[in-house]
Parts: sequence; structure tokens; C-alpha cells
Amino acid sequence: MLLVPCPHCGPRNTADLTLVGESESRPDPSATTPQEWRSYLYLEHNPAGWTRETWYCRLGCGRFFVTERHRGQNRFRHPPLGPADESAGPR
Amino acid sequence: MVQVPRSNPRRRPRRGRYPARYSAAALLRRGKAPWPPIWRSTELRDTYDIVVVGGGVHGLATAYYLASNWGITNVAVLDKGYLGGGGSGRNTAIVRSNYLTPDGVAFYDRSVRLYERLAVDLNLNVMFSRRGHLTLAHSDGALRTMRWRAEVNKHQGVDSEVIGPAEIKRLVPALDVSEAPRHPILGALHHPPGGIIRHDAVVWGYARAAAALGVEMHQNTEVLDIDVAGGSGPDGKGPGGQVTGVRTSRGEVSAPVVVNCTAGWASLIAAMAGLRLPISTHPLQAAVTEPVKMFLPAVVVSGSLHVYVSQTDRGELVFGAAVDPLATYDTGGSLAFAEELAGHVLQLMPGLGRMRLLRQWSGLCDMTPDYSPIIGATDVAGFFCDVGWGTYGFKAAPVAGEQLAACIASGETPDLIEPFALNRFAEGRLVGEKGAAAVGH
Repeated sequence: MLLVPCPHCGPRNTADLTLVGESESRPDPSATTPQEWRSYLYLEHNPAGWTRETWYCRLGCGRFFVTERHRGQNRFRHPPLGPADESAGPR
Repeated sequence: MVQVPRSNPRRRPRRGRYPARYSAAALLRRGKAPWPPIWRSTELRDTYDIVVVGGGVHGLATAYYLASNWGITNVAVLDKGYLGGGGSGRNTAIVRSNYLTPDGVAFYDRSVRLYERLAVDLNLNVMFSRRGHLTLAHSDGALRTMRWRAEVNKHQGVDSEVIGPAEIKRLVPALDVSEAPRHPILGALHHPPGGIIRHDAVVWGYARAAAALGVEMHQNTEVLDIDVAGGSGPDGKGPGGQVTGVRTSRGEVSAPVVVNCTAGWASLIAAMAGLRLPISTHPLQAAVTEPVKMFLPAVVVSGSLHVYVSQTDRGELVFGAAVDPLATYDTGGSLAFAEELAGHVLQLMPGLGRMRLLRQWSGLCDMTPDYSPIIGATDVAGFFCDVGWGTYGFKAAPVAGEQLAACIASGETPDLIEPFALNRFAEGRLVGEKGAAAVGH
């Protein structure tokens, strides 16, 4: 069982949360080209190492937060980086 | 541009010089004399026409068809572990072509046809058992999708039909078709050409046949970096560049063409050439029970219950599931998987309550947003991809290898793989195969 460090609820089972994806700032929809927008939508870094990612605490506090996880070893870097910038969308 | 020799794809495929051909006559003639090894490893040379990264069924099939259909034999297949040690040896060995989109159906149908004559082509018994494939529907919505798939399949000449609970019970008596379960079985998509095949034998067959034609295979040879010149990114990598070779754990190799045939490490290999892929890597868990007498005559799949099951020739039940929801490269198994799997299997076949699981394992699946692969040329000249195979890579290996070999050798993208080009994401024309490609949705 992998424990995810939610900044609000403390450690919780991964089954309680949803990994939203790699944390990346959203380009301005009105000022971007279709290609840039699709790159933002689809392309991933997908490293086997440390990744900055957004999580959604689905069965807990219901908030989005950003943390860093090592995707090869499933370790989290503590402390969590804090709440996601919700004005910029969940990613 | 890519400089590789060309030849006519329509002439008869070449047959290699095997150390020993397998036949009943050879068996009698040899008696107890030991058989020679099916291929011999050689020294890694410092230059090749084509380097294939990944010695799984996709990489070996690509190398084999390059040699047999196009006469290109100066090819090295590199693998950081052993041949067939990744997804090729971890999948549940199911072969089918009952997909949803016309592109998908045409592509996988070609693969099933290649699998049907693979044992003859490769002179190795791959134990293809064409036992039929049932995709169960537990809701009206699922039944509607089955009907849709059946009509698309029939339109393309692929044998699929929707059947009701009585016919399902006749085909597979062990299934509970009553209305008692939480998710009762309302119908199924019956696909007679589907079946299972021995996945290790497919790997060995391609390796042996490719080696007989002169292809070299190098195990324990990890690709550490890819050399690209003239690209738009840092170090001259990225779009617009030209591949010049690879750096491996056993030295540098120069080659004008590098083919990424990895699963699980596709993003990492592509990043070495300066490319980002629309892939996130998830583990998929599978399990196998103790062997029992044959009672399951078809492959049974349930999308709603996230499970597929078939019985091997040895009598073991092989179960597969959806990919784990968490993107990770960690292949450790979980009890939660075994528990959920057991609950779902018992809903389908309540008689299995006393069966014991022997072992469980997991493999890495490279998931793309549209549940379709990425295959063909990229913006880096000489860097080809055959990746993003999600949970459906094994059944597609022959056609992927055949078509990718044609793409590399002729410089033109064949029609069958044109829908699966990497640039479909930048152009916004995704394939939409989610409804039929995987069980986890």
C-alpha cells in the first residue's frame, strides 16, 4: 500500500486519491496555437525518476495539491509542495 | 535521408539457413543427438544499418521482416536484459481482431492472419489455439457497443457476432448466465478467430528466424543515449535532427536508423533522441492458478469487471486485469489486485471458489490518450517508433513488425499504420479505440 502525503488530511492510501497527472502550467487558451495546446494536453515527460505531479484527494478533503514522487521507486518527497494553483485548472 | 538498400516487397520472403530445421523427419533422423542452439551471440560491432532497441516480440518481428521481406540483414537488436523478458513474456497471450474502429480492425486482422501461419513461416510450433473469444456485456450500453463492434467487424470481413445468454452457456458452461450476480451477463460479442498462443515461442521463433537470416541480437546491452545531429533542441537533438548512432553499456555503435521497440521505457528512449511522447507508463497485473482439467473452451473477457481469463494447454487459468490507475515504473504486485480479481472472477464463474492462485506478476504498459499505438517515422530523421502499445501489444506484434519494416525500408508509411503516426496528436486526429482496446474504463 502506498501512502500519499495529503497536505490537509495527512498520509492516505492511494486508493483514496486520484493522480491527475504531471504538474504543468496551462498555457493561455486564447493566446496559444493549436499545436501548443495539444502538446499541453497530450505530451508527457513520464520519467522513471522524480516527477512534480498534481493529486486530487477524492475521498478526503476534495482538494488538489502538488507533490513530488519518484516514479521508479514510488517514494514521495516530503513535505508536499502545497495546494495546486486552482485558478490555472487542475493541471 | 535514411540510406538503406531496397528490394521488391512482393517477392517471396527469404528463408534463412537454420542450424537445424524442425520437422518430424528431423526428429527421427537425429534420434537422441542434441539439437544445436537456435542462435549464437556474436561480438557487438561498431556500425550497423539499423539498430533496434528492445529485444521483445516487436523488436524481433521488425528485425525478422526487415531481413525476410526486404533483404536488410545488417541489423542489431539490443536489449538491456534478455530476449522476451519484458511485456513479451508477461502478457496473457490473447490474439483477436474484434476492434471498434475500421483502422483498428484492419490492422489487428492482418496480425491474426500473420499469427495463423507463423508456425510455418518460422519453422517453430507457436501453439496457436484458435478457440474463440467472448467479450461479455453486463449493461445495455455495453451490449450496444458489442453490436457496433460486430457490425464494423463484419463489414471488414472479420467474423464476430453478438450472442445471447443461452448461446454463451452452451459455449462456456462454467459461466453463470443467471440474473443473480451483481452484474448479470446480458450477451456477448463472440469472435471465433480469437485465441491464445504461446508467447515465449513467438519470441524464440522470431529470434531464431532473424538470426538465420543474419540479424544480430545482443542481450545485456543497455542503450544509454542516442546520438542525434542537427536537431532543434539542446545538444542538437530533437525535431529536425538526424540519428547517427547509439551509446550502449558495451560501447558506441553508429547507425543511421534507430528503432524504438521498447515497452515501459518508450518515453525514456524517445527522450534520448529529444522527443516527448504522449505516454504515461502504468503497471498491469496478471495472475495464474494451479492447473486443472480443461473446462474453459474459450477466452472470456469482461470489460465491466476488468478481467480476462483463458485456460492454458497445461490447464492453468491465466487472468489479466486493467492497468493499475497509478502511473509508475514500479512492478511490485498488490494484494488489492488479487482480492478484486478473485471477487470478479467468482461473479463470472462461482464454481471456482476453491481454485488457488499460484503466482501473480506485473508488466509495464505505455498508455496513450487514445488507446492506440504510436508507430512509424518521427520528426527526428532515422528515429522510428513502435511504442505506446498499452495492453494490446502482443497481439499486434507480427503486423507491427511487418509494416514498420516496410516503412523503414521503403521510406513510405504503409496505409495500415498511417492512422497511428506520432503526429496525430499534434494534428488533433486521435483514433478513439478505447471502447474495444482495454478492459479498464
